[in-house]
Formats: sequence, structure tokens, C-alpha cells
Amino acid sequence: MDRSFETYTAVYEDAEGQISSKRIKRTISMHRSPADVERYFQRYLSEAEARPTAPVLLELANEMDLSPALMARIILDRFLQDVDGGIPSKTVLNSMLKEPSLIPDQILANNIYQCTINDCCYGPLVDCIKHAIGQEHEVLLRDKLKEQNLSFLDENQLRTMGYDKTPDIILEVPVAVEGHIVHWIESKASFGDDHSHRTYLNEQFWSYWNRFGPGLVIYWYGFIGELDCQRDRGILLKDCFPTDIVTLCHATQQERTPEAPKEDKEWKKGIRRVADEKPGKKLNV
Amino acid sequence: MLRKVDINTVLGWLKDVEGADYQSFTEPEFTVQKLEFVPFLLNFLREQSSQVLTNGPATPAKTPSHPRPAARTQGFSDKLAGRSTSSGAGSRSASRVQLFSPAPSVSPGSESEAAGPSGLSGVSAFSSPSFSSTRTPSPRLPGSERRCGQRVSLGDYMFSPPENSPNHQSHKGRKKGGGSTAVGGQLRHEGGRGDLHSNEAGRWEAGGRRSARGVGGGHTRMGEQVSPPFAGQLNLNNLEDFPPVGSSPISPATSKPSRRINPTPVSGDRPHSKPKTCFTSTPFQKASSPLLETEASDGLMTAGSSMRLKEERELLKREKTKRAQQVASPLLSALDPCTPTKTGARTGSKVTSDMPTSPEPSKVTFSSELDVLVELYCTCISENLVPNIFLELFFVMQLLTSWAHHTHDNEEQKSLCAANTEVLERCYLRQVHNCVYFAVKVLENQFQLIAHLDKCTLRLLAENERVACFSPDLRDRLTQAQDRSTAKLSPSASTFIHSVPFQPATDNRSNFFSDKAFHTFKKQRDVFYEVLREWEDLHKEPGWSFDAALGGRIRGIMSQLTSAGNHSHFARLFLKQLVQVCKGPRPSSSSVDAADADLLGMLGADSLGRLKRLEERLIQPHGVVGPCPPPSFPGHQEFFRDFIQTASCCQLNQHLQDSLCQQLLQLDEVSILSPADEKQRFSSVLLLARLLAKFLGFISFFPYQTSGRPSRDIQETSVALRSKVTSLPVLDVCAVLNNSIRRKRTILTVPWLVEFLSMLDFIGPLLLCYRTTLGSLLLLYRKLQLNRSEEMCYLNKLLLVSVLGWLFQVRRDTRMVQLKLGINALCLVSVCSGEFRKLLAAFVSGSTARSGGIIRKITPTSAELKDTPTAMRSQQKLQVDLEQAFFHNQPPSLRRTVEFVAERVGSNAVKHMKATLVRELVERGEKMLRDGLESPNSNASMLNESICARLCEAGLEALAKATKYCDEKSPEAIRVLLPDETTPTVKLSWGHASKMTLCLLCEALVRREWRSKYDRVIKVLGSPKQGSERVMCCPPHCKHNSPLPSDILIEIKVHFSCCN
Repeated sequence: MDRSFETYTAVYEDAEGQISSKRIKRTISMHRSPADVERYFQRYLSEAEARPTAPVLLELANEMDLSPALMARIILDRFLQDVDGGIPSKTVLNSMLKEPSLIPDQILANNIYQCTINDCCYGPLVDCIKHAIGQEHEVLLRDKLKEQNLSFLDENQLRTMGYDKTPDIILEVPVAVEGHIVHWIESKASFGDDHSHRTYLNEQFWSYWNRFGPGLVIYWYGFIGELDCQRDRGILLKDCFPTDIVTLCHATQQERTPEAPKEDKEWKKGIRRVADEKPGKKLNV
Repeated sequence: MLRKVDINTVLGWLKDVEGADYQSFTEPEFTVQKLEFVPFLLNFLREQSSQVLTNGPATPAKTPSHPRPAARTQGFSDKLAGRSTSSGAGSRSASRVQLFSPAPSVSPGSESEAAGPSGLSGVSAFSSPSFSSTRTPSPRLPGSERRCGQRVSLGDYMFSPPENSPNHQSHKGRKKGGGSTAVGGQLRHEGGRGDLHSNEAGRWEAGGRRSARGVGGGHTRMGEQVSPPFAGQLNLNNLEDFPPVGSSPISPATSKPSRRINPTPVSGDRPHSKPKTCFTSTPFQKASSPLLETEASDGLMTAGSSMRLKEERELLKREKTKRAQQVASPLLSALDPCTPTKTGARTGSKVTSDMPTSPEPSKVTFSSELDVLVELYCTCISENLVPNIFLELFFVMQLLTSWAHHTHDNEEQKSLCAANTEVLERCYLRQVHNCVYFAVKVLENQFQLIAHLDKCTLRLLAENERVACFSPDLRDRLTQAQDRSTAKLSPSASTFIHSVPFQPATDNRSNFFSDKAFHTFKKQRDVFYEVLREWEDLHKEPGWSFDAALGGRIRGIMSQLTSAGNHSHFARLFLKQLVQVCKGPRPSSSSVDAADADLLGMLGADSLGRLKRLEERLIQPHGVVGPCPPPSFPGHQEFFRDFIQTASCCQLNQHLQDSLCQQLLQLDEVSILSPADEKQRFSSVLLLARLLAKFLGFISFFPYQTSGRPSRDIQETSVALRSKVTSLPVLDVCAVLNNSIRRKRTILTVPWLVEFLSMLDFIGPLLLCYRTTLGSLLLLYRKLQLNRSEEMCYLNKLLLVSVLGWLFQVRRDTRMVQLKLGINALCLVSVCSGEFRKLLAAFVSGSTARSGGIIRKITPTSAELKDTPTAMRSQQKLQVDLEQAFFHNQPPSLRRTVEFVAERVGSNAVKHMKATLVRELVERGEKMLRDGLESPNSNASMLNESICARLCEAGLEALAKATKYCDEKSPEAIRVLLPDETTPTVKLSWGHASKMTLCLLCEALVRREWRSKYDRVIKVLGSPKQGSERVMCCPPHCKHNSPLPSDILIEIKVHFSCCN
């Protein structure tokens, strides 16, 4: 699998997707009023009757500058109200969006289907893709960790152990990245913009810090550079798997080599300050 | 004794006079009380120096006093008046008073006084006629002893021939006293709290008498007359207080004026002309004066004396009350004004106005008197008579770093000296030269104490140009001590705050009643940290209020807690985080923090932190707080205190109390096998216990805290109420203390008890359980004398002395309850030395500022660090951090296991090496040596060199083998010892970690073994064949490029410790 290619396209799509989804979020309220919904629904009904095979709903969505998947959801919701006489449950709605064949009206099912598959940012399909991308990156992360011979616990293991908050990875032996200690790694297969990062910080990253100490977040699709401002407080941002991981043993071994006694001494000076040391402690031999 | 000093100062110019004064004064003073003397002396010194420091106007010279007898009463009254005025008006005097609690103690002890007067009266009768003219002399007995030489000369001139003989006698007396000193000391110890005073006083009196006897020619008679029985005691006392100082020969010129002096002391004139200085400066003069007066009046005076005593007492009472009102802070404030080194205004003034005079040894005046003062002062310090050792040290540092702006002072002084008339008020410590001289002398004298300061302080001292200038010898010793010093200020300040790790064993769902509780706690934990982070970011912003900003969220947590019943979990989290963040010793204020960090060397700091600190340092003025800060919650402790206050949740508090108590008692039981080997562990336990105790005290007494001292009525009722209700105090302090005394564990228990007690509310000390505890502590304190070699080691005593002194200083009310002992402030060692350093650093910066015009400069300390390769350093630090981080999130048992394995395997490896490789090596070397020596034209030293080199190479080989050995063995052991659940990788990394430390260990040990054996071989071989030459030269050659084993051992130890 060509990761790099996939990553590039994904980055592009994802970035674009996020931007459009931002816009949708900001404009969605404009389409949610009952009057609008009614208007869309009536228009759909009339056009679908006129051109039963045409993707009228998709065209409508594009015309209204609304995400097709959202349009599908609105229309389906409205449709089901007529059928059942009440407000349909979310699960029913979702299952029908995922599986349009469940929709009693075949023309509508077709339209819905076209909408969901043609939406680049919303809808069950896109959700699946996103989920998959997330999973893939977690796998990628695990592979990299194994490659580096680092031992870790993944989210599932943590959950079974009863952790209340579970980052993707907890390193059993911490490492240092760019001079910062890393206890846990969270993989985010998305672009780190300020809004989402803030949300993540509050809901996830700080919680991780509160429990496991400093850690690393990988925004595989990049992030706004200014967001990486919590390094000293224990949250480090990267857009790829770090290359300069310092592990406990590795460096110690280097230090120890007898060829560098001088450095050893310097080192000692540094360390001595860290721990109050009683010189001349003797061993029980 | 103080009087002596005063007298010296007052009368001081004329040494002869002084001597005479001493004699006469000493007697009365002693009669007054030993306790009085110390404060007097200290006050005197402070006054003098404060003048210098503050650059105050020269005190008016005293006019010769009028005939004593008549004047005395007047003078006395005058004195009293002067005192009262002084205390009221002069901040200094007030400060002094505060400084010296002993003064109040004196007053309370009516018995002692009473005893004193009687003795005095007797003495006075004898001495007074001849010496009475000079009141002061008599009180100065201690001085007299030391100054015998002076006295003699002085006496000769001043007094009638008998005086001379008395001087000699006095010398003898001293010696005797020296012998008897111990006795005196014992006596003190024996005395109960209240009794102590009286006893001491009695001794003093006795001593005074004796000395008087010895001193005065007529003394013998007088002594006999007065109190033959007392003599023994008196001598002892005197000796104790005033060990024989090298008598400083008085310059003949000075001696002459003595006669004049006699008149000076008493006259009514004084009050007007000089009154301010004399009286203000020495609160105790009163006491002495009455005595003197009594003496003067001889028989007549007895009645008068009693009256005077009463007056004195009243005065003392007043002072006491004043002090009480002033509560804790006064010391600080008092000190502050004195500290010359404060950079801001001072330096500015220096720079702008006249160039500060740089002290020169050649310009020292009164050196003999200063020597006497030094002796007196040092005796007080080493006998623990001083209220607070660190306070005194601080004072000495101040002197050392003092600046005098006015050069004209010298002239004035000179003129004054010439005039001789107004000597008393002329200060010995008026000039920088003298101050520095005095300070350096004291430092020399108290080198043992100084040597225990931390390295940075020592370094600053050693680099102080004044020290170098006045005593190169002291500088050298300081430099040496610096190398030996192991004292450190802040051991391991980790760069980031650790959170409390989530441990499934205690934190997962199964530990909660319900899902709801579990999830609530999850949120609470996050909110708690959110609050903490916000506090960190914002609490220093002006106008930020804890309650306003965080109160809502905190109360939210509390209400959720209550609904979910999660208090115990939250209390655990809270305490763990508290310990996590605050455990390290932190200086009292952030500025201190920054300065300390700078001075410590910014070795490990990453560049950003370094920059920040540098910034802070440049921006913030040095605040010299003084060595006795009031109890505080520095750094993050403040957050936790405010949190508790804001939350004001009784359930939470109860849970906190419970677990604090439990933890404290556990810590108190911690077995510390050999303090030497477990120094680090001990200190961490101690620090932790003190932290917990402080918070326990805070929570326990929080409900009773009042903003001010309650009125007497309220006091009584609340005491009555609480002594019944609180029959079960949070912590049975009495039992804890008694238990620890019995088991000789006070070194651990007392420091944390002190922290606990420092949180007492106003009523607290009145309650029986705390009263008795405080009493025991006071007793303990009185027993501590640094120079006595008892079973307790010096540092331990120092710790206790400082801690207790701090308590009694900071909580004057505790002392009041106990009555009066004249204990004064001490302060925690770390804080103190921090202050010292600040002083010194400020000095450095000040002096550079002079030349360069820059107000503050970075102390050279940091410069040295540059040469160490930064990359390496940060690498190493990273490793240390990594290790810490690793163990931090693992259960503590892991670390113990790893340490254990490392030690055992390491030890085995060493044995193995010894038996195989090392022996082989040594044998090979031996053979080579022998072969070489047999060859005809062998050069022994050359041969040794070459063999050494070869063996060193082989040694490296051995090292590799040892490493391999460890590599093989340690994983096995680790595998067996670690729980099965642990994932193999973790095991592996443990194995790695321990292996690494192991290897280091081996390397060191191999080298050590090898070297010692090698040395032995060389000796055996070398000494018979080639003489000692070879032995001498070989080891130095050997040492090239291999690190010292001790260094490596240290490194290893650090490695272990870092795992903590």
C-alpha cells in the first residue's frame, strides 16, 4: 500500500472536507427551520414526480449549497414524519441512511443513496472512511512503535484494565521526543485546526496528561503550527511519527561506553544536582 | 553581658574606661541575668551596625556622667525613660526587642531578678565604691574576663592599684570558670522551663559576682563578702558565657582616659545627650542600670533597687505586650531595614552619591575591642545562647556586605576618638572596615558552622573580595569547604509537574460504588487539574483572585463529591498531587526561587526555562527577606491552601485529616537504618512529613483561626470549651513527641511537629496538650548546644536548633505561653542559606554595579557552567527525566525491585570480577613489574608507568566482561522477581534499566578493586626493592584518564535515586 500517495490525497481531501464541514456547520441553521424543510420537501416531491430517475435531491442540495448527506437526512426525516405520523427515532433514521433499501419509497431511496455517496464530507460512507483512516493510522502508529521496539498498551487493553480515559497508546516505558518526555500518544487522522484542537485538549489531551503525564499528539494531516505551544506543559504536537526518539536504555548505553570517561564526568556533574547524593556510598559486596 | 558591650560602646572609646566599666558592670549585669546579657550584646551589635548600614547620623557623644550615687537613681529613671521612649519611637529598638525575646524572659523571672539584686547589692557594695563610678564596667563581667588584659592595663590606669591585682585574679577566675563551665551548662539544662531562667539568672549573677571579685582588686574582698558560696557557680557561668578570649591588649593611649570613663556612665546628663542610642539600643540596660545603681548606692540602694526592679519589670512587661502585638513578622521587618545589601535604593544611592568606601584592613579601628566583641559574640553563638543562630549569621553576612556611603564618618570617628569624650555611643561597627573586620572574624571563629552551609553560599563567600582582603586564610578554608560541602538547596526540582498517575489498582471502576461515582470522579479529576493549571497561569497576575476565578468550579467539584460520595478518592488525589508538586524544598517566594535556581547553576535547565529565570532575575529586585520568614505556603502550596479554604468542605477536610494523620504517623515510624547511607531517603521523608504536617495543622486549626488575638475573656472561655471538647485532638502531639524523645527519633519528629504547631491558632497554645508539647520542645531546645559533643551529630543538632528556633521565633505566642524563654528566631536551614546567598549575591551585583553602572549583573556562578558541553548535558538530563518518568507511572514496588536486583547482581559481579579478572590482572602486572625490575637498566618509575598503562587497558577489558556478566544475570533475576502479569517488554526495559545501572556499578567497582590491589602490589614490590620513591610516584601516574571510583559510585547512586 502506498502510504505516501494515499496520505497526500487524504490530506487534501481531508483538509478540504474539514473546511467545507466548518462552513456547513456554520450555515446549517439556515436550512433547519421547519419552513425551509417544508419547502425543500415539497420541491423534492414535485421534482421527483417530474423526473423519477433523475438525482433531483442531489441537485437540490447543490443548488442550495447544502451538504447532500444533510439534505438527504432532512428530507428523509420529513418523509418519515408523513409515513409514521411522528418524529422518527435517530436509530431508524441512521439505519435508513446507511441502508437506503430500508426506505419504503424506492424513488426516495435512490435519491438518498445518490446523496450519501456523493457527499465528500458527511454521511455514513464518509464516516466509515474517516473511521477507517483513524484505524489505519492507529495501526500505522502501532507498527512504528513495534518497529522501534517500544512497549505499549493500546486503547483496548487500557479499557479492559479499567482506565477511565484511554489515549490510543500508552508507552510502558516513556521515551523522549525532541527533549520532551512522552508517556502516551494520541493519533489524530485529521488536520489540527484551532477549533478542533481546543476541543480535543479539553476533552482528551489534558485528561490524559492528568492521568499519565506528558504525551504526544500526532496530527497525521498536519496542524496549525501555533497550536504547538504546550510542549513545556506536557503536550507535544507532531505531524508524523517522530524520528528522533530517545529511549531510556539506548542513551544510557552510549553514556556508559568507557571510551568517553570525560563526558561521563560532565554528566555526573549534571546529575549530581538532580539528586542529593551522598558521595562515597559503599556497596555491600 | 550586653551591658558590657553597651558600656563598651558607650564608654568604649576609652578602653581603660571600658575595662573598668566591664568590671563594675559585669557584676551587676551578671546579677541581672545571663539571659539579659546576650540580648544586650546582640542589640548592641545591631544598633551599631544599623547605624553604619543605614548611614544614620552619628550618635551624639556622651558627656561624662556626674557623680553616680546621686545621679544613679536619676540616671536609672532616665534610662527607663529612654527605654520606653526608644521602644516606642525607634523602630530599631522595637526590632531589637523583638529579636531578643530573652529580654522579656528576664523580666518575667522575678525570682532571678530578686536573687540578682541581692547578689548585686552585695557586689555593688564591694565594687561600687571604687568602681561604682563606672557602672557599666561591672555589668560587663564577661568582657572583663576576656578583656582581663585590657582591664589590667585599664585598671592600672583607671583604678587604684588593687584593681590590677584583681585583674590577675580575674584571669584565674576565668580559668576556673572554664573548668566549671560545664557545670554551669548542666545546671541550665537541669532547670525546668521556668526554672531555667531563674537558674541561669542565678548563675549569671553568681558569675557576675565572681568575675567582679576576680576583676577588682577589692574584688576578692568583695566576693567574699558578697557571696562566697556563689563563687563557684559564678565562675562557671562566666566561663561558659565567656570563654577566655585572648586578652586584647589595650593600647596605652586608650587606657589612660579610663578615669574619665568612670564618671561617664551614670550621669543624668546622659539621658539628654546620648539617651537615644544607649537606651534604645539596649533594652536591658535598664536592668543593669538598676543593679548598678544599687551597687553605687551600696547599702542604701537595696530598697531602691527593689523599686527599680519593679519598674524594670513593668517596662519589660510593656515591651512584651508590644512584641506580642507585633506577632510574627516584626523580625523580618526589623531585619530588612538593616540589610545594607538590598540592591535597589542602596545601590542606587551608592552609585549616585559618593563612592562607597571599600573596606580595608588597614583602616580598621578598635580592632582589639572588636576582637573582644567577636569573642563575646561567638561564644554566644556556640553556646546556643543566641536566640537564633541563623539570624546571627544573617546579621554577620549583612555586616560583611555592608556599604557605608559616608566617608566622612571616618573623620568623625577619628575626631571622636581623639576627643574620647563621647566614646560610648561611638560605634565600633560604624565603619565598613570595622564591620567587615568583625564579620570576617566571626566567620573565622564560627567556621564549623559556616562550613555546613551549602556550596553556593560557600562559594559566594569565598569569592567575596572582602573576605579575601581581610582574611585570605578564611577564603582558602572556604574554598576547601566548598569542595567538601554536600549541602544542597534544592535537590531535584523536576522541570515539569507530574500528575498523579492513574493506577488501575486504585482508580478503576471496581474501586467505586457506582458507575456514576466513577464517571463523576473522572470529571472531577479533570476539573481539578484544569483549576490547577489555570492557577499556575494566572495567579501571579495582578488583580487575580482565587475565589473569584476558581471558586465556582471548586465548589462545583465539592457538590458533585458530596452527591457521589467520592470524598476519599478526591482526598487521595488531592494529597498525592500536593506531595507531587510541593515535596521538594522550595524557597519561600518565587523571587527566591528564581534567584536560587540561578545561583544553583542552570545546569539542567532547558534553554527556555533558563531564559525565563534569567529574565525574572533581571527584572525582579532581590528581596532579602531575612532568615526567619513566618510560616507560609510557598509556591504551589498556596494553591492547595486556597483550595481547601475555598472548598470549605467539611467532609473533604475530614478525609484529608484522616489520611494526613495516617501518613504522618507512618512516616514517623519509618525506619532509617543508618542515616549516613540513607541520607537522601531521610531527607525526603523529612520533607514530606513536614509538608503533610503543615497541612494537617492548617486544616486542624483552620476552624479556630481568628484574625487577631482574642480578648482575655474570650480566650478563657474558649480554652475552657476546647480543653473539654477537643479532648481528642487530631493528633496526639504529646504522645508523639514523648515517644520520639524516648526512642531518640527527635531528628525526624521534631521538624514536622514544628510545622504542625506553627499552624496553631491563638488559643491553641493555651490548651493543655499543646502547652505541654511546647514545653517539652522548649526544654529540648535549651539542651541543644552545637559545640557539645553528644550522641547527636552536629548537623542533626543544627537542624533541630534551626527548626525549633524558627518555631519559637515565628510564633511568639507559643513562647509567651511557655514563658518567656529568651529564645529567638532561627530559621530553616534552607531558607536561611537562601537568604545568605541572596545577600552575598546582591553584594556581588552591587559591587559590579558600582563600576559598570549596571544595576544587576549575573553572578559569575553561572559562567562556569558554560564549558560543559550542552548537548551532553541535556542528553543526560533527558535520560534522568526519562527514568524518573518511567518509574513515576509504575507502582513503587518496581523501583524497589530494580534497585535490589541491581545492587545484588552488581555485588555478585564485583565478587566475580575480583576472583577472576582482577586477580589475573594484578598478577600479570606483578609479574611484569618483577621482570622489569630484574632487567639491569630498569627505571622504576618509567616501568611503573608503562605497566600502569597496560593494566589500564586490560582493565577496560575487564569492564567489558563485567558488563557482560551483568547483562546475563540481571534479566534473569528481574524476570523472577517481577509479577507475571507484567508484559515482557516492560520486564525487558526494567532489565535494561537495572542492567545499565549495574554496569556502571561494575565499572566503578572493578576500577576501585583493581587500583587498590594494584597499589598493594606496588607497595609490596616496591618498598623492599626500590624504596618508597616508586610508591610515591606510581599512583599519580595511574590516575590518568580514569574517573575516580567515588565519582562513578556517586553517579550510580544518582542513577538509583533518580529512579525515585
